Amino acid sequence: MSFERIKEKLNILADAAKYDVSCSSSGSKRTNNNKGLGDSSGMGICHSYTEDGRCVSLLKILLTNHCIFDCAYCVTRKSNDIKRAAFKIQEVVDLTINFYRRNYIEGLFLSSGIFKNPDYTMERLIMVAKKLRLEENFNGYIHLKSIPGASDELMREAGLWADRLSVNIEVPTISGLKLLAPDKKHEDFTKPMLKVKNEIIQYKEEKKIIKSTPKYAPAGQSTQMIIGATGESDKDIMYSATHYYKNYNMKRVYYSGYVPVANDSRLPAIGSQVPMLRENRLYQTDWLLRFYGFSVNEILNDNHPNLDVEVDPKLSWALRNLNQFPIDVNTADKHMLARVPGLGMKSVGKILNARKFRKLNWDHLKKIGVALNRAKYFIVCESRHWERRDLHATQIKGLILQNSQGKFRGNYSSQLSLFN
Amino acid sequence: MKEAKILIYDGSFNGFLTTVFKAFDERIEIADIQKNSVAQRGLFSDTETVFTQMDKAKRVWNGIQKKSNSAIKNIYFAFLSESKGIELLLYRYIRKLFSPIDMVHLNFSDDTILKISQLAKSVGREKHRMEAFVRFQLTQDGVYFANIEPDFDVLPLITKHFRSRYADQQWLIYDVKRKYGIFYDLHSVEIISLDLQDIHANSIQKSSVFTSQEYDFQDLWNNYFKSTNIKSRINMKLHTQHVPKRYWKYLSEKKQAG
Repeated sequence: MSFERIKEKLNILADAAKYDVSCSSSGSKRTNNNKGLGDSSGMGICHSYTEDGRCVSLLKILLTNHCIFDCAYCVTRKSNDIKRAAFKIQEVVDLTINFYRRNYIEGLFLSSGIFKNPDYTMERLIMVAKKLRLEENFNGYIHLKSIPGASDELMREAGLWADRLSVNIEVPTISGLKLLAPDKKHEDFTKPMLKVKNEIIQYKEEKKIIKSTPKYAPAGQSTQMIIGATGESDKDIMYSATHYYKNYNMKRVYYSGYVPVANDSRLPAIGSQVPMLRENRLYQTDWLLRFYGFSVNEILNDNHPNLDVEVDPKLSWALRNLNQFPIDVNTADKHMLARVPGLGMKSVGKILNARKFRKLNWDHLKKIGVALNRAKYFIVCESRHWERRDLHATQIKGLILQNSQGKFRGNYSSQLSLFN
Repeated sequence: MKEAKILIYDGSFNGFLTTVFKAFDERIEIADIQKNSVAQRGLFSDTETVFTQMDKAKRVWNGIQKKSNSAIKNIYFAFLSESKGIELLLYRYIRKLFSPIDMVHLNFSDDTILKISQLAKSVGREKHRMEAFVRFQLTQDGVYFANIEPDFDVLPLITKHFRSRYADQQWLIYDVKRKYGIFYDLHSVEIISLDLQDIHANSIQKSSVFTSQEYDFQDLWNNYFKSTNIKSRINMKLHTQHVPKRYWKYLSEKKQAG
């Protein structure tokens, strides 16, 4: 192969694929039992991190950045005047294998601009995955994009070779989609999702009866939403995310702060700041919903349509619900411990175990790793010292902000000046 | 009152377990347990050298495993941390395990228990890092070769991972700091000790040891790494938190342009 030509293509097609944030390589169950190459049965591995701090786990590229669509938010839209390139199928296979053998990557993340029509594109993606599995005996991780509008037949085949499938919903509201991607219909996105979800359920059922049933997308499916492009509220985003988790059994929903890539009056101008803090708060909320037993309307509702930027969503919830605190860490149940600001699930587990042996005091909690600067206003333990003052929510928030550092603090210092 | 003793062992994990066996068996009051390479005689205590015996080590291993699988894992991982005084700490930990209290390894309010579980966690983190940061380079003899320099002695822990992943290629991972490596010859993994003269870091100098295509692929990877970065989101602090600078030496994507 000609390395110079490949290098040029790789630069163009990796650059175009980087706005897709999904990079997980975990959750599959593909073991290397044929003395082939690769194994994706363990936890995911981030082999490196980009200078913007994102994990590099998969070779994330587009098959081509030629596209017949003109979605305003997308860097490869038809009307954008950029260099175009396309990989041959064998080139993607060779790159993947050679990178994998050197332990650079966990596998391949293959997406594509839509050329000719959705089915034609989807077929090409599937051919890459099939070649890797059958000809190269490759058991590494493969994440394929489901192309919006692809037929059910192709979606069924894709899942046989890929570990994960995803369609990016991109714009969280239907009205926003009409505005920014007038050629695409909401159903184009949801139809392949629904097909994949049903296939996964069906294959799992069959597997219970016939052991040799092949795997179908063992790492499930995921989706991504752009945030900050259409003026949607945090509530819109999280309610929409909840909808996809519930109705399409999504493994993950990703939130991607919009990076301006076009001068378009419908969108934030080039050079506007990427909403990274907001993105961070949305991920925190996502975690509270998936692992901490919160339901979405506790955190976001008509009275609170947006998340507090100054403090994390759990603290924000606790400050609104001071009547439920303080709780005693030595007796409270798991559900309630998980709701204490400054307590992560790891600490909760340690507390539940340790308190079987003795009553825990502040010193124990600190050593276990509890963030006491936040937690101390919400708990009591085996000690005569605890916060006895009847503090208001704003006072607690002020004290916590005063005695802590936040990575995004520079962005919203207006409130803080009150205390300085 | 019995006099406390310092027990000296050969530095291997089985040697340590044999020492534990002896201490339990002979009800020895332990002042310290030391590796023979770094042993220091105490002023007021006796020393005795313990010879590694596999059957005794095995009995201790089995005994702990019967108590708890996570405890035996914690002990092995913490041992590989090579941290100063780890033997005595582990000895105390094991004594607690054999106390009549059930599931005592989950008592995170106990300093020894917490410390061992934290050490095991650090070693586990280093193991995971090495699974991520190994960068193979293909030699002319068709062996995928990598240098590493981990904080802890994690080669024994990553063997299984690499064996099941790269079952169809020969590979060698060499620990520069501890001067030994693991080599897979398409059938099994062997521990080999060799004193390598050339340390193959990610220098821009090309070595004739490797195939010429090797450098083309490093170049492609290096390029990929740069194009996948989003400049408007740059966050070097987060970057170095995930990829601490001490690991850069062997990462091909961190190679300076030639």
